[in-house]
Amino acid sequence: MADTTATANPEDGVRRRDFLDIAAVSAAGIGGLAVVYPLVTQMAPSKDVLAASSTEVDVSGIEPGQAIKAVFRKQPLFVKRLTPEEIAAAQRDDNAGLRDPQTLAERTKEGHGDILVTMGVCTHLGCVPLGAAEGEVKGEYGGYFCPCHGSHYDTAGRIRKGPAPTNLEVPEYEFTSETVIQVG
Amino acid sequence: MSFPWARQYEPKNAVTKFLDEKLPLPRLVYNAVGAGYPVPRNLSYFWNFGVLAGFFLVVQIVTGVVLAMHYAANAQVAFATTEHIMRDVNWGWLMRYAHANGASFFFIVVYLHIFRGLFYSSYKAPREMIWLLGVVIFLLMMATAFMGYVLPWGQMSFWGAKVITGLFGAIPLVGEPIQIWLLGGFAPDNAALNRFFSLHFLLPFVIAGVVILHIWALHIPGSSNPTGVEVKSESDTVPFHPYYTAKDGFGLGIALLAYFALVFFLPNALGHPDNYIEANPLSTPAHIVPEWYFWPFYAILRAFTVDFILPAKLWGVIAMFASILLWFFLPWLDKSPVRSGHYRPLFRKFFWFGLIPAMIVLFICGGAPAEEPYVMLSQIATAYYFIHFLVILPIISSVEKPEELPYSITEAVLGSDKKMVKGENAEPAV
Repeated sequence: MADTTATANPEDGVRRRDFLDIAAVSAAGIGGLAVVYPLVTQMAPSKDVLAASSTEVDVSGIEPGQAIKAVFRKQPLFVKRLTPEEIAAAQRDDNAGLRDPQTLAERTKEGHGDILVTMGVCTHLGCVPLGAAEGEVKGEYGGYFCPCHGSHYDTAGRIRKGPAPTNLEVPEYEFTSETVIQVG
Repeated sequence: MSFPWARQYEPKNAVTKFLDEKLPLPRLVYNAVGAGYPVPRNLSYFWNFGVLAGFFLVVQIVTGVVLAMHYAANAQVAFATTEHIMRDVNWGWLMRYAHANGASFFFIVVYLHIFRGLFYSSYKAPREMIWLLGVVIFLLMMATAFMGYVLPWGQMSFWGAKVITGLFGAIPLVGEPIQIWLLGGFAPDNAALNRFFSLHFLLPFVIAGVVILHIWALHIPGSSNPTGVEVKSESDTVPFHPYYTAKDGFGLGIALLAYFALVFFLPNALGHPDNYIEANPLSTPAHIVPEWYFWPFYAILRAFTVDFILPAKLWGVIAMFASILLWFFLPWLDKSPVRSGHYRPLFRKFFWFGLIPAMIVLFICGGAPAEEPYVMLSQIATAYYFIHFLVILPIISSVEKPEELPYSITEAVLGSDKKMVKGENAEPAV
């Protein structure tokens, strides 16, 4: 033990060499993380996927009781014009002890209470619920029925039965004219 | 490691002598699966499935590499290149059907392998590590098979990818970012298909690596056997080669007959017709189901329909993963010192009249639509499944009175081995 800067007895106090150990291991650890980070994040959405566009949908051709499927960010979007009976059914259930409480008015735009715009993506595991196209099963609550695991949505697209945790998502959208909506 | 009476490798000519001094690979093979590896003499046909699983892993790797020479992992053309393989590539139809049905056979033999282990408690000391590595292999197999099924980019491919990655989306807070990271986007598309191809190629080689560890771990204590009594003397064993190479070869012949009967005459019997419809991101088929080998676990996932503290969706995901992860704890849940179900009257009853019927119900419900009575049946079966492993097994292992065990494997086979044991090493070798 010719070097005298460290204490002669290794048992008392921290040696500078211990600090070197920690510094070396830390530097190697940071280096390792710097290698892992790009290897992991390369899998996150790439720039072209993130360049999310907005979609315009013309709602003038939709008859009451009819729905159309549009595409928004590569996922289906349901635009439905409700019949007076469907609106009545939805309003009647506004306070019916829902799993994800929301009134029909909160899910539509003022002045356009009959236009229901939702993602066509079941909030359980992402299947497209049935009920938008003609002749499809609408489920026990007259709205949508997801065939994958049996989730039932009511006429306002609210979850009523089955494994899905939340209502069908209402994306951000606005009416750019009386008949056209811009989504996103 | 092996028993002291194992035959020793003796290089005979100049080449094998040269090799044995420099790289004793022939010695390794001789000691692992050759005449140098003594195996219990009483193994039944239920002990064939390990070799068969290894065989189907090789089938999948070989046909898989072949298919990758003709398949393109791009959402625009993936479905078309699969049809190109079927129509244009020489023997392409055979390669594709062999690979698709090979996955089914891989799972058939692995399920029989697992339930052999469950009945004969092959997971018990000193074989815990073999079991744990086996569960790892099973998890890797499921991930690999899932990603392989996505590649043809049919309707089942697409919606299976959406639902399975959606499972991760159920995790609180970090779930949605994880799902988006897995998919490389907001829904399955090119990015997802491309990476699933890469990983589907990689994982079988990881499986092969874990299989090597699995066999290595097996060769430390040696094979279990239908009595569950450990090897005591040389008369309990026969050399692996030629006795079990021949028996495994015979079993392989039977398995190949069944496999090629399916590949040639019923190639689509185990598949789903909807996967011959190209992926449509705007429409989910009215009745989507996973491949048959996932049905029991799919039924567990769907059995949870009511929120209870956590959302039903998360419960389903937790239960599905837990149903397999709890196998990791099996060696410590079953405390009975007796291994074989043959000598455990209570265990035997719960195995044949509890666990097996529950698995059959889960299997049927997983393939059926999410309607009554299937939902209720899968709830009951799911409850039994967990109660069986977490409650019944620990309790019966402490209250059960086992039947009398044979003194040795030889006695179990020949009636008595008192004379034979005389003068031989009567101590357990390991």
